[in-house]
Amino acid sequence: MSRAGIASTQPVYEHPWIVRFSHWTNALAILVLTLSGLQIFDAFPSFGPKIPENDLIEAVPAAVTLGGWLGGALQWHFTFMWIFAAGGVLYVVGQIASGHYRTVMFTGRDVAGVWPMARHYFFFGPKPVQTGQYNPLQKLAYTATILLGALSLSTGMVMFKPAQFSALGLIFGGYHGARLVHFLAMCGLLSFIPGHLIMVAIHGWDNFASIFTGWKRRPDYGLPEDQA
Amino acid sequence: MFFARPASESRRSVTIGAVVRDRCAHERDDADHQVKNDRRTTRRELLKLSPLVLLGGFAVPSIRARLLEAGMAWSDVAASAVFRRSHLAPTFSASDVVPFDQFPYNGYDNLEPAIDFERWSLTVGGAVSHPGRYTLDQIRTLPKVTQNTRHVCVEGWDVIGRFGGARLGDFLDLVGADPQARFIAVSCADDYYESLDVATARQPQSLLCYEMYDQPLDRGHGAPLRLQLPTKLGYKQAKYLMTLEVTHVLPAKRSYWGDQGYSWYGGL
Repeated sequence: MSRAGIASTQPVYEHPWIVRFSHWTNALAILVLTLSGLQIFDAFPSFGPKIPENDLIEAVPAAVTLGGWLGGALQWHFTFMWIFAAGGVLYVVGQIASGHYRTVMFTGRDVAGVWPMARHYFFFGPKPVQTGQYNPLQKLAYTATILLGALSLSTGMVMFKPAQFSALGLIFGGYHGARLVHFLAMCGLLSFIPGHLIMVAIHGWDNFASIFTGWKRRPDYGLPEDQA
Repeated sequence: MFFARPASESRRSVTIGAVVRDRCAHERDDADHQVKNDRRTTRRELLKLSPLVLLGGFAVPSIRARLLEAGMAWSDVAASAVFRRSHLAPTFSASDVVPFDQFPYNGYDNLEPAIDFERWSLTVGGAVSHPGRYTLDQIRTLPKVTQNTRHVCVEGWDVIGRFGGARLGDFLDLVGADPQARFIAVSCADDYYESLDVATARQPQSLLCYEMYDQPLDRGHGAPLRLQLPTKLGYKQAKYLMTLEVTHVLPAKRSYWGDQGYSWYGGL
């Protein structure tokens, strides 16, 4: 075993306050925005014209909606969009200001490590030696969620004020295009969650506790000697 | 203690993400002391998340209603803050306009309320120097604007149509609206009503609309006169106008849908 791969027995302060705080505001905001968003979608469940209207679904199941009706759902959506935006800005600014983003941001150097990690997760390949807090696949996933969050917010801004933000709207094809991209960004964000929760379940209590306390007892990775 | 883990004061100096080295050898000899420190650090870290408890307010019905009301009010404040009167909503070429029969008739109740078209006039009151009744012909004497703009419904659909009419701003000048007045309130031949901020009313694309697709407004689309506001959602664009009031304060009945929970501002 290489020195870099030696698992540490020492606790690691993995998640600074800002990461933990914004994790939970974002988790709640994504839940509320998804449910209320589906209720809003129910008012016109199509991405085509109004006439003729071709609905993609008869009705969105009430179990995955919030707000009871369009107006109620919009109230949830227009309240939690600010919480989501604030949490996102807090996270990004905090990560950049502290330099902590380096542990999690996907860069060109991580590209080569994605496939070995995916092979390990999905095809029972050998587990690659992990040298940092996050493996390349995790970095890819976490970095993608930030981009998807930014996409949700920017398309949401276009839908919220298509006339005032008409220049931004040009990127997405105006109100109509932004509505579709907004929905796809939600799908992208939601696709992250099952894998995330499965990994949390697999990695046990010490890992789960770290998103509350910041500290991870008995991390299952070591750091390269030059970073330790 | 679920979150207990080894702790030492030395960790304060450890940089984020780095492995903590055991620099306090004496602590290993004092397991009790360590457990206490553990709990204290854990408690301190958990305390930093305590503001999250405020989000629990959304689980309490009475608090939830006020929070959502505040969220809507804040969204309206932000919306009016980003509104620029000089910023025009996108306009489109004739080829982008949907055929007339694909422009939806949308109403909450009766698409053809009883109106005596022979005697129709718009009754103007409030903070104006020339209150009274204004006929369609009087409104038609104002410069006519024709525009292809996007109509956005709160439900999520949108449609590009062609509209013609007089600028609402020109009409406000005609009736001598008080420049200090802040709101325009209208009522309709059905029991619909709306109000809007004067900044939007004076946006140059805001019309007292009497034509669609170069034809006189038909009954379902709001004949004889409706609001056409490319910077507002559809429900703000009241049809079958009967009265127009210029006011300093919002009336108690602000907006047919706004009073039921939609955004009052409803801006685009």
